[in-house]
Amino acid sequence: MSRPTSIKDCASGYCPGCLHGVAHRIIAEIVDELGISQDMVGVMPVGCASLSFSYWNFDSIHGAHGRAPAVATGVKRCAPDRVVFTYQGDGDLAAIGLAEIMHAANRGENFTAVFINNSIYGMTGGQMAPTTLEGMKTSTSPKGRDETTEGYPMNMCGILAQLDAPYYIARFALNSPQNVLKAKAGLKKAFMAQLEGKGFCFIELLTNCPTNWGLTSLKSLEWMEQNTMPAFPLGAFKDGGVRV
Amino acid sequence: MEKRFMKGNEAIAESAIRAGCRFFAGYPITPQNEIPEYMSRKMTEAGGVFVQGESEIASAYMVFGGASMGTRCMTSSSGLGICLKTEALSYMAGARLPAVVVNVSRGGPGLGTIQPSQQDYNLITNGPGCGGFSCMVYAPSTVQESVDLTCKAFDMAERDRNPVIVLTDGCLGAMMESVELPMPQTPGENLEWSLAKSDRQARIIKSFHLDPMDQEQFNENMADLYKSWDDNDVAVELYQMQDAEYVITAYGICGRIAKAAVEELRLGGVKAGLLRPITLVPFPRKQLAELNPQKVKKVLSVEMSIPGQMFIDVREALSAEIPLEFLGRSGGVVVEEEEIVSAVYKMKG
Repeated sequence: MSRPTSIKDCASGYCPGCLHGVAHRIIAEIVDELGISQDMVGVMPVGCASLSFSYWNFDSIHGAHGRAPAVATGVKRCAPDRVVFTYQGDGDLAAIGLAEIMHAANRGENFTAVFINNSIYGMTGGQMAPTTLEGMKTSTSPKGRDETTEGYPMNMCGILAQLDAPYYIARFALNSPQNVLKAKAGLKKAFMAQLEGKGFCFIELLTNCPTNWGLTSLKSLEWMEQNTMPAFPLGAFKDGGVRV
Repeated sequence: MEKRFMKGNEAIAESAIRAGCRFFAGYPITPQNEIPEYMSRKMTEAGGVFVQGESEIASAYMVFGGASMGTRCMTSSSGLGICLKTEALSYMAGARLPAVVVNVSRGGPGLGTIQPSQQDYNLITNGPGCGGFSCMVYAPSTVQESVDLTCKAFDMAERDRNPVIVLTDGCLGAMMESVELPMPQTPGENLEWSLAKSDRQARIIKSFHLDPMDQEQFNENMADLYKSWDDNDVAVELYQMQDAEYVITAYGICGRIAKAAVEELRLGGVKAGLLRPITLVPFPRKQLAELNPQKVKKVLSVEMSIPGQMFIDVREALSAEIPLEFLGRSGGVVVEEEEIVSAVYKMKG
């Protein structure tokens, strides 16, 4: 297994066991396989993946917290010849950037939105996210998320699937080799849809945060299976513009 | 040159298109609505893109995205909407992206009034956003100047790879005047830094630094740029200043009204003059500092803001030997020529 050429040959700053690396790798593999490295523009978030500016071997833009879908709108509208994706975590996309993702989706912008959901703010030290599970302890919900005052985990695929414009919306998990392959197939489908001008595609990837979950890498994968995946069911929510 | 009778806001939109602007994103807010409305009609005809953003913030970030591709981009708003755009302005300054931002200002603070005011001077001139950056600020006083300065703003933004602000107001935006429009220009592609598609190494557009030394170096470079503005880019109108004993300083629509007041005072035998900053950043400090206390008896700073905001910059630049007085209206009340004339007679004693 060799390094995809769309990822630079450098050390990653991500924590040991973090699945950002896997998410990056499958995106880079798809870019290589489709031969679109010269066409790519990645629009990166604020959070752990802010570090990614030194990893991608294609053009990238590092904007503000939550605003990647607005930036990507400007990019794709001004340069329809580029292949554009956004890459955002759950705090970035589902909290401060909720308006931007909803409206980019509603306009059917022709880019691919990648949503990394690990139910926590990673970079800032493990605070409660909109996707934090009920009862889950974080540094700002020390007694566990109380849904009576803090609400319920937000199902972004389900919310976005209510809109008419999006072409493909699906959720995958990166907890096992089998699921990684499924995620890669879904992502590739989304990129190909963009190349065909089908419009907005949204790929949610369930991931982990061993550091802020306080678990070993392997335990974090087990925890995903037991907790995250039941709360966020996998599969397509919209396919070919039709609600599934 | 083409002559047309146009509303200030529409003239700004038309001149932006003629200056090669091909992407506009904006959000409805009074008194600037004619700009996005005009763009929604005309931008597509010009082969560009108009997007009505879901918010002021998103509109400004769409401009960030478009500017990254080397496209000439603009957004517009008014006071409280500009506040929301300051986040993106800071990011654009940090990422070295050109863009033109128009503020058709209104009364404040808060929701304030929809009538014209100059209450945003401090917001706009003191680095509109976090992190301590600067934007060049143009303050037109006629519809023609709105046209000329909007065009120039695009060139300056691109020259400096930094956002430029055109600060106008609800009065200038709504008034109709005959204007000469420039010939449409096709800007060159910014291939040396943008992400426009070309055969080259991968590029990164970012305002993020991992090493504090890199950030410091960036800030030092920007400080050099700002300094160069003071040396090269100050624009100021000096009217009847040759023998002036009573000098009025005013910008934008106030500057225009003050000019009429100077004419009236001259008819009455008062040696009045006008020093009208056209660029607020860079501010004409040198021209103010050069006023000679042996000749100039008093200076009156006229603004449509209370408390005075430009007043503080004028005081700082002016010789301590020259007394400075203030005339302000606020909340959407436009200052009248007669008020200025009376204020000069009063200060003359």
